[in-house]
Amino acid sequence: SSHEYKLNFKKSKEMCLSYIQDAMLQKQWKKAAEFLTFYIESLEKDFSTEYMSPSEMIWRIGTEILCHHSHSSMREFNFFTEQMKSLGVKRYLKVCLEHTFHLLCNGLIDEAYQNLSLSESWRFGEQTIIHDKEMKLIKAYRGLLDYYNWSKQKNILLEHGQDGFEDLSVEQEMHGCFRKAALNLREIITVPGVWDLFVKCYVDLLEFYGDHNEARQVLNEYAYNSKFPANPNAHVYLYQFLKRHGESKKSLISVLKILHDVVPSHELMIDFNIMLQKSKKRKRRRLGLEVIFAVLDYAGWKENVKAWSCLARQVKQIVISEKHLDWIKQEWNSRKDWWPAFHFSRYSAKRNWQENESLSYEKALVAGILLGKDCKYFRYVSHQGCKAQVKRFRRLKKFVNKHNPVYLRISG
Amino acid sequence: RDFNERCAQCSEVNWGLTDGGGFYCRSCHNVTERTTEAASTDFVCNSRIQTVSKGLTKQEKAGGGCEWYVCEGFQLILKKQAEALEALGVCPQMKDEVLCNFWRRYLQKTKQAYCNTSAGETVKTLSVCDSSTDVDSEPERPSPLQLLSLSESEGDLQTDSSFASSISKVSESTSVCSGSVDGSLYFMKNRKEKLRMTMPMTLSFCYMALLWLREPMTLSDLLRYVVEGHIPYLNVFQHFPEKMKLYGLDLKIFRVESWPVYEEIYNKMLELAAFLDLPRFPDITDSCFLHPDMLCMKYLMEANLPDELHDWTCRVVKKIRIGEVDFLTLVPGNKSTRNVKYDVLAAAVIVVVLKLLFLLDDHYEWLLSDIAEGRNKNNKEGGLYFEFKKWYKVIKCSLDVKQKKLDEERAKYLWRCEKVLFYSDKKKPKVLKRRQTVVNLQNQFGKLSGSVLPAEKPNPSSFQLRWSEENTDGSCFHGHSLKGVLQEKRGLLTAKNPEYWLCTVKLCNEKKCGHLAHYREVDFPQSYHFIIRLFSFLLRIQPSYIHDEVCVIEHKLFNKKLCKKPRYNTGLRK
Repeated sequence: SSHEYKLNFKKSKEMCLSYIQDAMLQKQWKKAAEFLTFYIESLEKDFSTEYMSPSEMIWRIGTEILCHHSHSSMREFNFFTEQMKSLGVKRYLKVCLEHTFHLLCNGLIDEAYQNLSLSESWRFGEQTIIHDKEMKLIKAYRGLLDYYNWSKQKNILLEHGQDGFEDLSVEQEMHGCFRKAALNLREIITVPGVWDLFVKCYVDLLEFYGDHNEARQVLNEYAYNSKFPANPNAHVYLYQFLKRHGESKKSLISVLKILHDVVPSHELMIDFNIMLQKSKKRKRRRLGLEVIFAVLDYAGWKENVKAWSCLARQVKQIVISEKHLDWIKQEWNSRKDWWPAFHFSRYSAKRNWQENESLSYEKALVAGILLGKDCKYFRYVSHQGCKAQVKRFRRLKKFVNKHNPVYLRISG
Repeated sequence: RDFNERCAQCSEVNWGLTDGGGFYCRSCHNVTERTTEAASTDFVCNSRIQTVSKGLTKQEKAGGGCEWYVCEGFQLILKKQAEALEALGVCPQMKDEVLCNFWRRYLQKTKQAYCNTSAGETVKTLSVCDSSTDVDSEPERPSPLQLLSLSESEGDLQTDSSFASSISKVSESTSVCSGSVDGSLYFMKNRKEKLRMTMPMTLSFCYMALLWLREPMTLSDLLRYVVEGHIPYLNVFQHFPEKMKLYGLDLKIFRVESWPVYEEIYNKMLELAAFLDLPRFPDITDSCFLHPDMLCMKYLMEANLPDELHDWTCRVVKKIRIGEVDFLTLVPGNKSTRNVKYDVLAAAVIVVVLKLLFLLDDHYEWLLSDIAEGRNKNNKEGGLYFEFKKWYKVIKCSLDVKQKKLDEERAKYLWRCEKVLFYSDKKKPKVLKRRQTVVNLQNQFGKLSGSVLPAEKPNPSSFQLRWSEENTDGSCFHGHSLKGVLQEKRGLLTAKNPEYWLCTVKLCNEKKCGHLAHYREVDFPQSYHFIIRLFSFLLRIQPSYIHDEVCVIEHKLFNKKLCKKPRYNTGLRK
């Protein structure tokens, strides 16, 4: 490689940065700090044409070093942040926010709160308007901390309440926290975005004070407003809320249906299936089958006994009733090419049997119905089960043998 | 200067300064008793250097500054540089006579001083910042923004946009600020004078003086000392007296943000020598340090090569007549001869000699080395034969270490000094605040670096690599013998190697494409690269410069053979 012997300000700082980068990648924090020291003078030179300015670099790199360096401390970090705040108006609020996060991560809740309050009072001409979003975030996080305080007060009250004490000052403080929190939390969740934590806290507050309507509206907005990014959690929260308030099966089902469309492998799908299976309506039962099959398409559920038992129960029920075998056929159609290898290999049979008898039981039932009594999985498991003289396996064998023609109709 | 009385003898108003600081009439040489104000000696460092002879009123400006001209600044800088050179061992004549005479001549030539007429256009000063309401109706007076883009500060291609934006906000009536009186003049296009003084040119001046005195310091040495901080260059303005306020466009003149480049300094030196109408420089004879025989010896030592190679370098030098006085001595303005870069020349000669003896085709030199190794193992008498392989390992190791260190130093290079510069008074508070932040952060992370000692300035030394025969690890090759690669033929020692490959079959036209040859690593053997790289490092110049010189030497050496055969092979029989 040819070595250059020319050098100018820009080039030397570029080189310096690459040394810093190397040091950081190798977690050599002292070395990184050393080279950063030499990089810092680039703050005095204008690099406004560059993609990323030196002050941004120094903020990011410095933060990283201070997070990892052994001699670093909160005091060092605070000092550094003060310098960063003075470096540029445009970044001021961002730096404040990051500082807050750092304080929170280190358990310094009160300092974080103070920091946020201080940041809230920042004004800088037109910059204030430009950075409206950051300001909203700052207020939102303060709202979150207000919620946290409220929560603490609430617990104190509950304790005292149990002991029979009444504490007016605590109560007043609690309400005060509530007001502050509610104001700011509401503000942020009107902005399209992902605000799971804020929404949960806000809803918690509303529920406590009995404003169920507002809560429901908030959750509906969060889940259904198309301006907001698609967020499965929104539906989960809504479902949980509705369930808490004893809403009708119909509304619960409609929420979960959307969740099923968006995240077929969601853990709530089990509850969903159970709910649907019990239903008197044919459509819902049909949906239930679809849901549980979809769940088991995902590798994460492969060894989940509950999921398999749901499927097994429903399949068994259909077979016994001899009605709606076509449902199974429909579901099985798109899966018959790959489920055998995915779930019902001989290797799985052995493993399942060794590790989890119940799992193998449920799976064997399904396999026996879908693939017939002669399939590898069923044969192995039922054989083992009967050999081990476990009663239910004998029953299982009988059942599958009895209903073998079903398999023929399904696979045909 | 401000002295406007008529001369008692001839009634003329035409005064000059005597050495003693008194006035004398230039027309009739009548000396008066009036002496200059004491204040005028402020910037006179050496009483023999006269200050700029046009009206310099050292009035106190608001804010404790005074009026000063750009060339005074440069004068100070040259003085500082000369002092540093003296401290490095250069003879005092350099500072007291040679350099200041060159400078005086420059001032004369550019009509800034020492001449009878003070050319009107150069003296007219632009109104300073906070005065004047309307702009002069000079036809070619550029707008402040234009002035910025005309800036020629070395390496500082980015105009400071914050400066630019602040200037654009300034109303049209106020003009561009500079601490110096004529700072803004420096960027005016209609300046007829060529060779406006710049920071790199101070080094050209220094080198020119060194060359005139035939001091044992090559240009690459000089530039290395500059980069290592032994010669003031970067931030030398911090030595200006308090009263000389530096701001605005002065920054673009005096602030340096790149290392001096060999070619640039060298070419400017040639231009300068011609511009000053200097006569033929003192002869470079074979007893001078700069003579290729001497320099080759030095570089051979530094490269840890056998002393015996010196005979060969002398032979080559003699053969192609590059040791002759007329070839080596600088004649300013002579465009017909190609000017000599002594350091590059000597290095190239060594490269050619190595090629002659070792071929350096990535095969032959290793072969020879193995033979020498065999001989060295079996027969320790009569001294060791030079083994290329061993030498390569030793040098590569050292070179890698040094190169790595240099790279780190480049990454750690600090460009700013304690003295803070401002573009304008308006910017001052912001700049100072920024400086405070910088200092805070440097302190904070400096502590976290874990007691790293500040990089000590290496002691100035002409030799970057040192090898001693007292080292018992056998890492010094000076005394090794070349017997292994030589043979006797008709009473003469010649190389065993019968072949030679030319770096290039045909030289390019330097004027057309800027180069004599084109150096691309992929085209040449690794051993050749290595040697070039070694000298490239020692001289701190691009490998291609050395390669170019090698090509030229080869073409001189094999001139006859090249002229005879119309069809060339890249291999040649010697």
